[in-house]
Order: sequence, then C-alpha cells, then structure tokens
Amino acid sequence: MTSSADHECCGSHSCHADKPETHDDGQGRRDFLVMTACAVGGVGAASVAWPLVSSMNPAADVLALASTEVDLSKVKEGESITVVWRGKPVFIRHRTAKEIEEARAVALADLKDPQSDEERVKQSTFGGKPLSEWLVMIGVCTHLGCIPLGQKPTEPHGEFDGWFCPCHGSQYDSSGRIRKGPAPKNLEIPPYQFTDASKIKIG
Amino acid sequence: MSHGERTEFKNPVINWIDERLPVFSLMQREYGAFPTPRNFNYLWNFGAISMFMLVTMIATGIFLAMEYTPATDRAFGSVERIMRDVNWGWLLRYLHANGASMFFFAVYIHIFRGMYYGSYKKPRELLWIMGIVILVLMMATGFMGYVLPWGQMSFWGATVITNLFSAIPVVGNSIVTWLIGGFAVDNPTLNRFFALHYLLPFVIVAVVFLHVAALHISGSNNPLGIEPKSAKDTIPFHPYYTSKDLFGLTVFVIFYALIVFFAPNVLGDPDNYIQANPMQTPAHIVPEWYLLPFYAILRSFTLDIHIPFTSIVLLNSKLGGVILMGGAIAMLLLMPWLDRSPVRSAVFRPLYRIAFWLFVVVCLVLGWIGAQHAAEPYITIGQIATALYFSFFLVVLPLLSRFEKTLPLPSSIAEAVLKKD
Repeated sequence: MTSSADHECCGSHSCHADKPETHDDGQGRRDFLVMTACAVGGVGAASVAWPLVSSMNPAADVLALASTEVDLSKVKEGESITVVWRGKPVFIRHRTAKEIEEARAVALADLKDPQSDEERVKQSTFGGKPLSEWLVMIGVCTHLGCIPLGQKPTEPHGEFDGWFCPCHGSQYDSSGRIRKGPAPKNLEIPPYQFTDASKIKIG
Repeated sequence: MSHGERTEFKNPVINWIDERLPVFSLMQREYGAFPTPRNFNYLWNFGAISMFMLVTMIATGIFLAMEYTPATDRAFGSVERIMRDVNWGWLLRYLHANGASMFFFAVYIHIFRGMYYGSYKKPRELLWIMGIVILVLMMATGFMGYVLPWGQMSFWGATVITNLFSAIPVVGNSIVTWLIGGFAVDNPTLNRFFALHYLLPFVIVAVVFLHVAALHISGSNNPLGIEPKSAKDTIPFHPYYTSKDLFGLTVFVIFYALIVFFAPNVLGDPDNYIQANPMQTPAHIVPEWYLLPFYAILRSFTLDIHIPFTSIVLLNSKLGGVILMGGAIAMLLLMPWLDRSPVRSAVFRPLYRIAFWLFVVVCLVLGWIGAQHAAEPYITIGQIATALYFSFFLVVLPLLSRFEKTLPLPSSIAEAVLKKD
C-alpha cells in the first residue's frame, strides 16, 4: 500500500486530494483474502460434513447381506413363497398356464408402466431353456413400500389375478405389473439366476 | 438489557447476581410488568399450555430414554419392560404417549386461534412462520417417536413415510436408502430415529425461544385485533395472565390426567402392541390422529398428469401427493401474504368468520378421511376436502381481502371492553 503505487494507478478523475490513500487497491486485496478464506473454509466444512452425511448410508455389514439362495423344488404350480433378500420380501410364484396367458394377452398400451411379461421373466432360464412359469419380484409396493397381499390363496388378488396392496389399493396383475391404484411402477424384479432347474440365487 | 434502567432488587443476593447477569431484570420486564392487552379470552391460554406440554414431553422422555433400548430385537421388549417392571414406568410412558396428543391438541387450538383473530398479520408474520416451523418439527419428532416402540404401526408408518422421499425424481431411491441406512427399515433406521427423536425437542425449544422473543417485540394480538394504544388498554402480565394461564392449564391437565389414568390407549392403535414384522403389512395403516388430515391430503392425489397427447408422465400420483402435502404446510406459511385484509380479527369480518369455520370443518373431514380405507366414497370425499382446503387459502383469502365489507373497529381496546360491561 505504498502511496506512489496508488498515485500511479489513479485515473485522472478518481483521485481526490482530500481523501487519504485511496482504498481501491487495499480493498481489492482484502476482498481477495476474504473470498479465499471463505472458499477454503467452505471446502473444509464440506469435507468434514461429508463423513457425517455418508455415515448414514448403508454400512458394510448391511451391504454384505447381498445374496440369498432358494430351493424351489417344493413350490408346486399355483403356489407362491416369500423369501427375504436384503431385508425385503421377495415373491417367488410358480405361475399357472392361465396366469401366464392372461399376462401375455394384455396390450402394452393399456399398461401404466409398459413392460411385456417376457421381459419380466427373462432371467428365468436355465441351460437356455425358458422357465417363464417362475415369476420372481420384490414384494414391496412401488407406491409407499407396503407388502401387497396375494401370496396365499386366501388373500385378495385384486381384479387382475395378481396382488393387491391393502394400504392404498394398488392392484398388480399376474406379471406383477401395476394396473390400477396409486403405485407408479411395476413390482421391481431383483437380479437373480437359476443355478439349477429348481434352484435360484437372488442378488 | 441496558445498564441504566436497572431497578434495584431488595434481596441482596438477587441484586448481586442481577448486576452481573440481569436475568431477574429480564424476567421482571418480560413477564412481570410486560404490558399485555386486557381483553384476552381463554383461547390465549394455549401458548402457555403448549409450553407446559413441551417441558412435560422432554421431562418424561429423558426418563423413558434411560430404560429404552433402540435395537430391533429389544425395543419392543424394552417398552413392555417399562410398562411392567420399571417403577412408575407405566405412568411415564402413558404421560409421554398421550402427552404427544395433548401437545398437538393444544398447538392446533393455538394455530386456529391465530387464524381466527388474524395473529399472523403484520407485524407478526415471522412470529407466525416460526410457529409453523415448530409444528413441522413436532410432526417429525412425533413421527419418529411413534417408531420407537417397534410395533407393527411403528414399522409400517416408518416404511410409508420414508418412502415418500422416493417420489423425488432421479435421486429419490438413493435418498430413501440414505435416510433409513439400508434397503428396508431396520436396525440402523431405529437407531437414528432414536437419536433424532432425542435431539429435535431441543431444536423445538430453541425455535420456541425465538417465537417468544419475537412475540415480546410485537406484543400479543388480542380478540379485537387492534393494537393497544394507551396504558388503559393493557394490564401487566403478572399477576393477571399468570393466574389466568394457571387456571386454564389446571383445567387442561385435569383433561390430560383423565386420559392418562382412565383411557390411556384410546388414542393409540392396537396394532402397535404387535411386534414389528417386516414380512407382513397390517390390513390398515393409519398414522396418529394428529397427522391424519395431512395423510388424507397425501392420498387424495390419484391421477398421473401426462404431457398432452403422449404417454410421458409429467407428474405421477406419488409425487403429486407428496407435493400436495408439502403444499398444505406451505399454505400456512404463506397465509400472512394471502390474506391482505387490513382487519385482523374475524369478529369484524363477517364473511371470513364463515370461511374460517368451514375451513375448520374441512380439516376435521380430512382427519376423518385420513383414518379410512382408500376406497370409495372416501377417495372422492377426500379429494373434495383437499380442493376446499387449498381453495380456502388460494381463492377465499385473496377474494375476501378485496371484496369483504368489514365491520367498524372500536377506537380502543379499553373502549370496547368497558362498553360491553
């Protein structure tokens, strides 16, 4: 902040004799210091906040429970079982020919979340042979996370021969696709593969 | 806290402290001599009653926390142990569980009172907004507290409410996973809810402090909605309103005690005495009564809004419901600017008075709908009530502020009060 420097940089109209030492120069340097200090402080605060935020994400032990194996040999045609995968129920249904036929007869344009039945059971194969009677999906309503009814013969199946969510009345068809009610999406299909014609590994 | 105006206290100990930290002067100024409109009715008790309930909830909660275990395999059992084995545990738990209901009851009356008498209007907008912030914090705290006993309603309530966030486009599912610390509501969720349920009440205390501080800047509104003009319009807070608040509080506490001792489970859901089962959803999920109107609004949105002539969904019913529910709170926040009428009190606003009572009825209808199954005719009634809820704020208030012919205001509080006698 030397006076000679100030005088040099002063334009003809911005310099007044009655004002001591123009602030322009010092102000600019001070602004720079304030801004860099704030930037460094901000980055520092954010980097300290990140571990706190991240600690709330699933921990390693939660992530470790990633796959489940199920033996399907005892599940007869027209029966369903529910297994647990990552803390969520997975519906496995051995569908009847009628159910498959119904699911495939629907025009895609009539669906809220268009998806063909073939697409939904494409992971159900073993040794190149399609096992499309096996429908495997996460049994969690895509509306607000309730578990739809319809796994047992005595439970309501809705108007589409599938599942019915008791919370807000969403109805899923025999392919687990949303047909009626507030849910926006079809029941989710987990990653799975048949390790045998009657054994399945989810996850 | 200026130095010059300090009055001496007779008690030398008090005086010694007050010279160094003028807490006694502050209390004397803000609660002793504090000039308050002379015409409060009993509806003005509910601020003090709410404060009493907040303290009660914190006091009982701290002792419950000493016995409670926030782990999925032990939480339900630890609550039953509190009920059966812990000395006076049943009393603490019933006071706390029903205290939440009483707290909300008092706060809702307090809010409706503010709406009726125009307490949200200038210069009390910020005071009102902080009140709504307190309500939102209470809803979060109440919801998380209800999860802790780990009953069926706890678990499924937590599942439904955390899944609301999945409605957010793109990042919704990641946010839910982050919130609950896993892929389903489980032990990490219960643990963090306990931590937050313990924390939030103290945040509420802080906002209540600001709420009261702002109140002491603007002064209280009153049933006439006109500002005090002279000393004749006001009386000191103590002893007049301390005694009036104490009387109102006593009546309220009698009512509270009747519920705690004679019908402690009347407001609860029997399903919450069944331990949480992640594999089975109860037939009918209902939140606690104080959240029912908002739950009804959430469920009222059943349409998908498409981009015209395409099947691309612009706004699905899930996100729509969440936006509506947030909007219901936002309406309250915006109330000071939606209602431009210069007259505060409904006493002098004949049309607003009718609109207000219809609004109260709409809120009660929404509460009733929130407790019903999602089936007809409840869906349609809920949708109509939701439309009426929003039209009160967005149509009725702006129109009334322009076209309503208000009654003449009295020239002062003292004049109106003395004329009546």
